[in-house]
Amino acid sequence: MKRTAFFTGVFIIVSLSLLPFLWFVNTSLKTPIEITSIPPVLLPSGTLASYRSAVEQYNLMHYVRNSIIVAGTTTVCTIMISIITGYAIARLRFKHKGLFMGSLLVVSMFPQISIAGPVWRILQQLGWLNSYQGLIIPYITLTLPLGVWILASFFKDLPPELEAAARIDGCSHFQTLFRIIVPLSAPGVFTAAILVFIYAWNEFFFALLIMTRQDFQTLPVGIALFQGQYTMPWGEIAAASTVSTLPLVLMVFIFQKRIISGLTSGAVKG
Amino acid sequence: MRLTRAARENVFVASLLFPGLFFIVAFVFYPIIYSIYLSLHRIVLGLPSLGRPFIGLDNYLRLLEDRVALHSMINTLVFVFTTTFFEILCGLLIALVINRQFKGRGIARAAILVPWAIPTVVSSQMWRFIFNDNYGMLNYIFFGYSTHSYAAWLAHPSTAFAAIVIADVWKTSSFAGLLILAGLQLIPDELYRAARIDGASPWQQFRRITLPLIKPALLIALLFRTIDAFRVFDLVFVMTQGGPADSTNVLQFYGYKKIFTEGLMGYGSTISVLVFVISLVVSLVYIKTVGTRLFQNG
Repeated sequence: MKRTAFFTGVFIIVSLSLLPFLWFVNTSLKTPIEITSIPPVLLPSGTLASYRSAVEQYNLMHYVRNSIIVAGTTTVCTIMISIITGYAIARLRFKHKGLFMGSLLVVSMFPQISIAGPVWRILQQLGWLNSYQGLIIPYITLTLPLGVWILASFFKDLPPELEAAARIDGCSHFQTLFRIIVPLSAPGVFTAAILVFIYAWNEFFFALLIMTRQDFQTLPVGIALFQGQYTMPWGEIAAASTVSTLPLVLMVFIFQKRIISGLTSGAVKG
Repeated sequence: MRLTRAARENVFVASLLFPGLFFIVAFVFYPIIYSIYLSLHRIVLGLPSLGRPFIGLDNYLRLLEDRVALHSMINTLVFVFTTTFFEILCGLLIALVINRQFKGRGIARAAILVPWAIPTVVSSQMWRFIFNDNYGMLNYIFFGYSTHSYAAWLAHPSTAFAAIVIADVWKTSSFAGLLILAGLQLIPDELYRAARIDGASPWQQFRRITLPLIKPALLIALLFRTIDAFRVFDLVFVMTQGGPADSTNVLQFYGYKKIFTEGLMGYGSTISVLVFVISLVVSLVYIKTVGTRLFQNG
């Protein structure tokens, strides 16, 4: 009895989490008539027409390419900077460390609008509106706290004897960091990279401001702005949504342990 | 000239900190100060001939009399309170159910993470489709074939607001759940065993053991969610555009409209500054309550 109640609870939670999205995936495989029919069609005809139309009429692959470029570059840059910043926080002494960490934390909490106007102006003056670097640079800034936080708490858990031994063997500071510490922290680096990538892949606010020209827009902007001539192109929106979400869902199922440890590190462990 | 050991150490630290510091200063601190500067001027994008006259606190005085701004402020606060409340509640339920060894636990946890991973724009479109007035699933669940009673959920102020709350709770409860789960896992089993021996009922165990011991985790989840709910934008942009009749207008969306749609860079910046001040206060509370623990061993 208790067992049944428990598994019912699990079943309800899992269904509530998955069903709304599965319904949207289902919608992407329907014809326009199936999409608008009452009662709702539970088994779609499985047509890929919406996907074809999303690619041919709405330039879906364009958005995919922009998202890969922006999120990929952001991830690489943020992780490189997070490694060195996180290492300094975890292992080295310097003045005002508390202030530095506090400002990092605060940066990750500000609503985007509090910096949006000036960031837009700076990018305009640099001529970087509608350019990849114009979006990548704000993204690096916004994802830094996340990367630094995860990596610093990972570095702290490594035994300090490692560096002492490396120093005795004649390694310089940088050699110690990149030859000893970073390879040993591969799992932490990977966790941080997943989370940073997901953030950059999903971000909408700055992408909307900075990419006003269609050829530079990322997936979230595309999906938000899809417009039909007479009706809402639900099939195409659902198809593009599926394309942009499927990689993330796969990542979640494969790396769930890492993602959870990354999300809760710092927050709980301290 | 050879540097002393201490000097070399300092050069090393500085070179490690420089890149991160550069980004934070150039793209966060400087823009915040710049926002304050802009808010003291009259600047209209698209009308450069007006120049950018210094007008003191005029923009702020105007903000005090702006009914839509006040409305957005209230909406934002109501949104923050309701979503955070339901997210912590659902998160707690999720955490209590998942905090057990059972077959398929890994898959269940991954499934719960899916709403968190979905881009907010996607989940917003998805809910907009479910709430659709002609063929949305919700109308069918409530009214079946009687299509004449179908409601336009997103076209009425109170239901539109409820819709964005539901969409947000669906998306972020799992995150709150994970934070609470991490707290639950720190409670040693012996406590429950001892309580059972003493004849404590499950409710008493929850009330006297679980709840007090997960208080720090609850607090962290609460603050994280508060701060994040305050930044709501994507949901409103996609689902309602702030309507109907400003019933779902929130500060981030209003500020965006003023600066980027209407081009009122000066006046819009007062909203940026207002939002900044509020979130700074919340963050400082956060750092005071849980942050000290994080800095101690730093």
